[in-house]
Amino acid sequence: MKPSTIKSRPLYGTLAPVPQATQHIAIVEGEGALALADAFAGHEALRRTIILFSPIAHRADHDQTAVLTSLSCEALHLASNVQELLGTLVTILSTATMGTRLYVSGSEDFIGRVTSEALRQGIEMDAIQTEHRGAPTRRVQCVHCKGFIDGVSASPALCPHCGLHLLVRDHYSRRLGAFMGVSIDAESPGDLPPPEAFGA
Amino acid sequence: MTLSFHAETFRDDYTFANSPAAIRAFPFPFDRDAYMYTVNIEQHVPGPVQSATEFPIHIDEHYVAEMRDRAITLAEDPLRCQSLPHMMTAEWDLLELLMTSMATHYPAHFTLSRDGDRWHWINRPMDVDQTFTFGDVSTLPQGPMEYVTRQCQGDFCLLDQREDNLWMDAGMVTSQADWSLDFDLGMNFMEWHAPVPLAHDLGVFERALKFLLNLQHGCPVRRLNWTMTINPRLDTSPENYHRWGIDKASVTPENVGDKVHLRVELQALWRLPRSNAIVFSIRGYLIKMDELVTQKKWARRFHRVLASLPQPIADYKGLGRFRDTTVAWLSRHDDGLPTSPGFAPD
Ligand code: HEM
Repeated sequence: MKPSTIKSRPLYGTLAPVPQATQHIAIVEGEGALALADAFAGHEALRRTIILFSPIAHRADHDQTAVLTSLSCEALHLASNVQELLGTLVTILSTATMGTRLYVSGSEDFIGRVTSEALRQGIEMDAIQTEHRGAPTRRVQCVHCKGFIDGVSASPALCPHCGLHLLVRDHYSRRLGAFMGVSIDAESPGDLPPPEAFGA
Repeated sequence: MTLSFHAETFRDDYTFANSPAAIRAFPFPFDRDAYMYTVNIEQHVPGPVQSATEFPIHIDEHYVAEMRDRAITLAEDPLRCQSLPHMMTAEWDLLELLMTSMATHYPAHFTLSRDGDRWHWINRPMDVDQTFTFGDVSTLPQGPMEYVTRQCQGDFCLLDQREDNLWMDAGMVTSQADWSLDFDLGMNFMEWHAPVPLAHDLGVFERALKFLLNLQHGCPVRRLNWTMTINPRLDTSPENYHRWGIDKASVTPENVGDKVHLRVELQALWRLPRSNAIVFSIRGYLIKMDELVTQKKWARRFHRVLASLPQPIADYKGLGRFRDTTVAWLSRHDDGLPTSPGFAPD
């Protein structure tokens, strides 16, 4: 499936430290660690940078942990999963000041979850940079039961909360950090096309 | 004007129907035999007597039944009515706009008396008698937007204006053509319009937004939009699509006249005085094909519009399963004669 250019879906860029920022908070997952290293290695901004890292289980992410450790930043928090990482982020943001910049990198669903949490904590969109690294998985909200599904790699996808088969639309909500999932066989029950994987 | 309100339903047994007067007042949206997206915005000035645009806010014979249907939808899904915290001033602006307009133009049904901030609102059809303090939320049973839009026909969005854009930061949306307020809440003009085909490339949204950013208080504007709905169902939301989607598969050559409805949205936009927000009202009208073809011109014209509709627009509106059947049915009501210019029936 080709990546879409729909206007509600965010465009991801390449991380670059903002020199004027008083505090940098980098929130990365899996291969996102490498995007951070590419942007920050040897940069003086590291002295004012807090890194939150969530390795992806069952992958060889210890190398990425080593890469982050070698950056010698102000503080490095390792989280065992995204939920825990978001908890740490909320605590840190509760004392954040105007000059704070956020840098988010990892899979698209990771970027969506972190961005939507940061917006909820009052961070402005233009204080957040994003770079997509890793699998082209999506975070989806089932429009019927409102449940969220992380790490969706193809459409249609089964909603684990209500059991409907969902067409994953390209329409994206930053507030929710998710694509819309809507019943694919409502007009013709049981008529399911084979799942098609998302492109990068 | 005194209206008599129908006891009718928009779900289950679907008893909704239009009187001959309501058919004549129907805001038929086509002024030519073909349709394409354009920046179709005009001043919201009073139209002919007994038309949908006679008054700024149009109340008709379906009022009480529509409000009852809204209450059912809200009870099942409270997220159809949402407002971000910074929209409270705009909510009061909306309450003022709707109450003053309804009381001015339908005095037999609604009365508003004001004594400074002490307001007294009487809604006879819904048996409401409410005294409250304008600006004090604690004096109303719900927030001002929810309170007044539970008593006014049409869906409503409140748009905050900042960063040269409009933001959908509040709304009451229970009778939508397949879009979700809960999903679109907080989006800007380009983001919530993202799923629409063709119009972005035609520059329609860029020009429309530019126009709206300069909308002035006291100079409301309007436009028409349309789609088609199977059965007279108001709640065609994505949330419940797994319930109503199947109806599209139920259309046969025998039941087109009764089941297939043209659904028109009379959309109006007002700049609000205190908040500088914009109200976007989406006043929906339904008409079944049997009713539509009582007006010869509309029958001919809608047949031609539907037959020639560009495929991306038909797909976006979700007409795939019943378009051909409906075109075939309508062809029996099209004698091939020319249609006169303009929207009105002959
Ligand atoms: C500022 C107030 C407005 C709001 C809140 C609004 C909202 C919406 C929404 C929610 C949709 C459905 C999108 C979807 O599929 O998810 C839509 C569709 C659309 N809007 Fe707007 N809109 C506004 C103003 C306008 C204006 C001024 C134009 C003028 C050209 C316009 C043109 C359209 C068109 C062409 C569609 C596609 C409709 C169809 O084919 O059924 N909108 N709008």
